[in-house]
Amino acid sequence: MKMPETSRRDFLKGCGALVVSFSAFDCVDAFAQGPFAAHQSHIDPTKLDSWIAVNSDGTVTAYTGKCDMGQGQLTAQSQLVAEELCVPLQRVKLIMCDTDLTPDEGTTSGSQSTPTNFNHKNLAQACATAREALVGMAAQKLSLPAEDLTVTDGVVTAKNGKHITYADLVGAHKFNLPLNPNAKRRPHNEWVVLGKPVNSLDRPELMTGHFEYVHYVQVPGMAHGRVVRPPAMGATVRHVDESSVRDIPGMVKVVVRKDFVGVVAENQYAAIQAAQKLKVDWNPGPPLPDQTTFFEEYLQKQPARDTLFVDSGDVEKQLAASRQVVRARYTWPYQMHGSIGSSCAVADVKPDSATVWSPTQSAYPTRSCLAMILGMPVDKIRVIFRRGAGCYGLNGADAVSFDAAVLSQGVGRPVRLQYSREDEMKWENYGAAMVIEQRAGLRPDGSIAVWDREDWAADRGTRPGYDRPGNVISGMLLGYEPYLLNPGPAKRPSGALRNGGNVVPSYMAGCIDGVCGSAGTVRSERALGHTVFSPFFTGPLRSPIRIQNTFSNECFMDELAAHAGADPVAYRLQHLSDERLRAVLQAAAKAADWKPRPAGKRSYPRAGKVSGRGAACVAYEGHNGYAALVADVDVDLDTGILHPRRFFCALDCGPVSNPDGMRNQAEGGILQGMSRTLGEQVTWDREKVTSIDWNTFHSLDMSYDMPTVTTVLIDPSGVPALGAGETAITLAPPAIANAVLDAAGIHLRDVPFTPERVKAALQQQA
Amino acid sequence: MSRIVLRVNGREHAVEADPETPLLFVLTDQLGLRGPRFGCGLAQCGSCTVLRNGQAIRSCVTAAGEVGTDEITTLDGLGTPENPHPIQRAFIEEGASQCGFCLSGVILTAKATLDANPNASDDEIRKSMNGVLCRCFTHTRMIRAIRKYAEENKHENA
Ligand code: FES
Ligand code: FES
Repeated sequence: MKMPETSRRDFLKGCGALVVSFSAFDCVDAFAQGPFAAHQSHIDPTKLDSWIAVNSDGTVTAYTGKCDMGQGQLTAQSQLVAEELCVPLQRVKLIMCDTDLTPDEGTTSGSQSTPTNFNHKNLAQACATAREALVGMAAQKLSLPAEDLTVTDGVVTAKNGKHITYADLVGAHKFNLPLNPNAKRRPHNEWVVLGKPVNSLDRPELMTGHFEYVHYVQVPGMAHGRVVRPPAMGATVRHVDESSVRDIPGMVKVVVRKDFVGVVAENQYAAIQAAQKLKVDWNPGPPLPDQTTFFEEYLQKQPARDTLFVDSGDVEKQLAASRQVVRARYTWPYQMHGSIGSSCAVADVKPDSATVWSPTQSAYPTRSCLAMILGMPVDKIRVIFRRGAGCYGLNGADAVSFDAAVLSQGVGRPVRLQYSREDEMKWENYGAAMVIEQRAGLRPDGSIAVWDREDWAADRGTRPGYDRPGNVISGMLLGYEPYLLNPGPAKRPSGALRNGGNVVPSYMAGCIDGVCGSAGTVRSERALGHTVFSPFFTGPLRSPIRIQNTFSNECFMDELAAHAGADPVAYRLQHLSDERLRAVLQAAAKAADWKPRPAGKRSYPRAGKVSGRGAACVAYEGHNGYAALVADVDVDLDTGILHPRRFFCALDCGPVSNPDGMRNQAEGGILQGMSRTLGEQVTWDREKVTSIDWNTFHSLDMSYDMPTVTTVLIDPSGVPALGAGETAITLAPPAIANAVLDAAGIHLRDVPFTPERVKAALQQQA
Repeated sequence: MSRIVLRVNGREHAVEADPETPLLFVLTDQLGLRGPRFGCGLAQCGSCTVLRNGQAIRSCVTAAGEVGTDEITTLDGLGTPENPHPIQRAFIEEGASQCGFCLSGVILTAKATLDANPNASDDEIRKSMNGVLCRCFTHTRMIRAIRKYAEENKHENA
C-alpha cells in the first residue's frame, strides 16, 4: 500500500498529535452533485472526521448524506467503506442522513448517489484518506516504510510479521485531518468487497418485520395527526367549525394555519374520525382544464418558458429537401409515485428546538424549509432520516414532514402524522404530463438526414430545496409560493450540450459551436422544449422527463426504421457514434438472440394472439449510464390486451458496486416502467383529481404473470461510476411500443397503452 | 374505550381501545409491532396483512373488537432476524426486496395459500395474491422465493 510522498513525510513529522496538513482544495467544486447549502451544516465535508470514525472495538462508522430508500445505498456504501478501509463488511456501521451527524450532500436522487460518493470525492475519498492515514500511522509506529505494509481486516501488517490494528492506531480518537484529494482509491481489479454481489444488509430485518420504518417511530407523549385537505386545488379556508369534532373521544386539537387544516388526537383511529367529521367551509378554487382535451387545448396553448437544447439552424431547409418526411406526436400522462405506504413523519417541536423523523431524500434542505415554517433558527432543528415506503422520487415525504411539524408546534407535543391514501394520491407532486412532436427527413437510402423535436411539459413546484416549501402542497397551504415559472423565448444554445433530461435523442450529434455532446450522427438537428405551468404539482418521478422523452425518441426511431424498411437494431447502430451505447445495444440484442427484421412493414393477422419484439437504448442523461432493452410482447388482437413476456437488458453504469443490487434496480425499474406504460395515469374531473386509491389508479399487482427479466451487466474499468437506479426504466415504454409495432403493425403513441387504445389503433389500421 | 384481549404471536395482550379501532392500529401503536403497516386503509394493497387462525386478512378493515380469541400472527411473529421462518429465509436468499414495505402482504398471503394447499401451482399462488401490491416491482424475485419455500415445504411434508 503506497502513500503519496508528501503525506508520508508529513506523518513522520506529525507524531502523536497526528496533525497533518495537505494542500487546501476547493471543496465545493469537489462535489459531483451540487450546489449543496452554503455551509449551514456544522459538519465540515472537507474534514475526514466528518465522514469516518474508527472505534475502539475496531469497527468503522461512516457518515453519509446519501440515504437508502430501498434502492440499496445502505449496502453499496457499506461495501465501499469496507473495501477502501480493508475491513470486513460486518464491521462497518453506516449512519445515513441525520443533520446532527452527517455531512450535507443535498438530496439523494436522480441516480446521483453513485457518481457523488463512489468516485474521487466525498465518502469514497474520505475512505481512501482514512486508509492512507492509518497506514501512515502504522508506518510511524512500526518504524517501517509504508510501502512495506499491507492491510487486511483492519490490521496493518509488515513483511516482517509485525502488525498493529486500526483500533490501536486511532481507537475512538479523531483523525483531525482534511480529506486528501490525492489519496488513492483501491484499484478496481483488486476489489474484494466492492463490485461483488452482496445480499442487501437490511434484508433479515425487512423480511421478519423488525425494520424501523418512519411509520414505527414512537416518541414518549406522542399524539396522532391527520390533515384535512381542500376539496380542490386553489380552494381556500373560509371557516373551520371546531365544535364538529369536539365530541370525538381522544380529540386533542384542530390546527389551522392559513389554508392548512389538520387534527390531532390521542390515537390514529380518533384522528381519522376527526379528519372525516371536521366541518370546513372552503372557498372553491378555479376549475381544472378538461382532461379529454388537456394536451392540445391546455398544455400546447399556455405561455411557456422555452429552452433550445440544440439547433443546427438548417432543419427547415433540410426537411424541405428531404425525400420522405416522417412526423409523429406522442403524449405522456401525469403519473403518480404511488408509494405503497402513504407518507408519514414524526415531529417533536419544542418552543426552542425541533426534531423531525422524516422519510425525506433531502435531510438538510428539509431542515432549512422547516426553519422557515417553524420560525426557528436552522441549527435548532434536527432532521433524522428514517426510511418510508419506496418513493421513486418526490412522493409525500417532504410535504408530510412539514405538516407533522406544524401539527406538533400547534399542540406542543410530539405528533406522528400519516396521510390517508387519498391525501397521498390527490396531492403528491406528479410526474409531468408531456406532449412530444417529432419530425425527421430521410435520405433516399433511408438514413436520417435531419431530426427536429419539440415538447411541452407541465411543471409546478418540485423538490422544495433549501428555501421553497411552497413547491409542495403543505407549503402552499401555509402560504409559501412555489418557484416562479417565467415564460419567455429560448436563448441560442451555448456551452456544453445539456442533456440531463434526455430531450436530445441519442441519434443526434448534439453539436453546439462545433462541440458535439450527444451519442449520434445526425447533424441537422433541433431540440426545443416548452415548460408550461401545471394545474397540479409536479416533481421528479423516476425518471423525470427522461422517461417521457426516451419513450418518444425511441418509438420515433422505430417509426423511421419502418419507413426506411430497416432492422431497428441495425438502424440504431447505423446512427450511433458512441461506443459504449453501441456496445450495450449489441449486448442486449445478443442476449435476446435478436434476429434482424424490418421494422413494422409486413402484413398482420387481424384476430387471435400475435407476438413481437422491440428494442430501445439510451445514453442516460447524455452520459450518466448506458442501457439497452429488448422486449417480447404478446398482443391479443381481440381484447387489445398487451402482455410483455420477456425483457433482455444490458447496462453499463461504470464500475459496478453491487451487481445484485444493480440487477434488482434494473428488474424493478423495468417492471415498474411496464406497469406505468400499460395502465397508470392520474385522472381528474373539472374540480378535482379522481384517481385517489388503487381502484382508480391502476398498478399491476402480485397476481400479474410478470415477464422474465434477463440483465447483462457490463463492468468496465478506468471510467467513473455512474447512476443505475433510473436508467433501465426509461426503456420499458418504447421497447414495449416497438414490440407491438413488430407484432401488430400499430403505433402506440399515447401512454398508457390501455386495451381501448390498442383496439382503437387496430381499428384505425384495418 | 373498552378492554380488549387479543392473542397475538402466541401471547395474550390486553389493551384499552374503542372496539371499532382497526386491528392494525392496536398492533402497531399499542403493541409496538413492526410487521403490519398502513398502506391504504381500504383493503386494496395488502400492507396490513396478518394471519387470523392461519388465514390472511387485512387488519386495516378488521375491527379489533371483532377478533375475539382468534390467533393473530404478524410478520414479526413468524421469525426473527437471527432465526427467520423458512419462507422469510427464502426471501432473504432470493434477495426479494427493495423498500420492503409490502412484505407482510406478500409473505403472509403466500404462506397462507401454501399452508392451505402445499401443492398450489404457480398460477394458484399468483391468483391468491390478487390485490397485493409491490410498488417497487420486486415481483420476479418474490415469486422465485415463494416457489423455493413451496418446494422445501413439500419435501418437509413428504
Ligand atoms: S392497508 Fe390494509 S390493505 Fe392496504
Ligand atoms: S419492496 Fe417496495 S413495495 Fe415491495
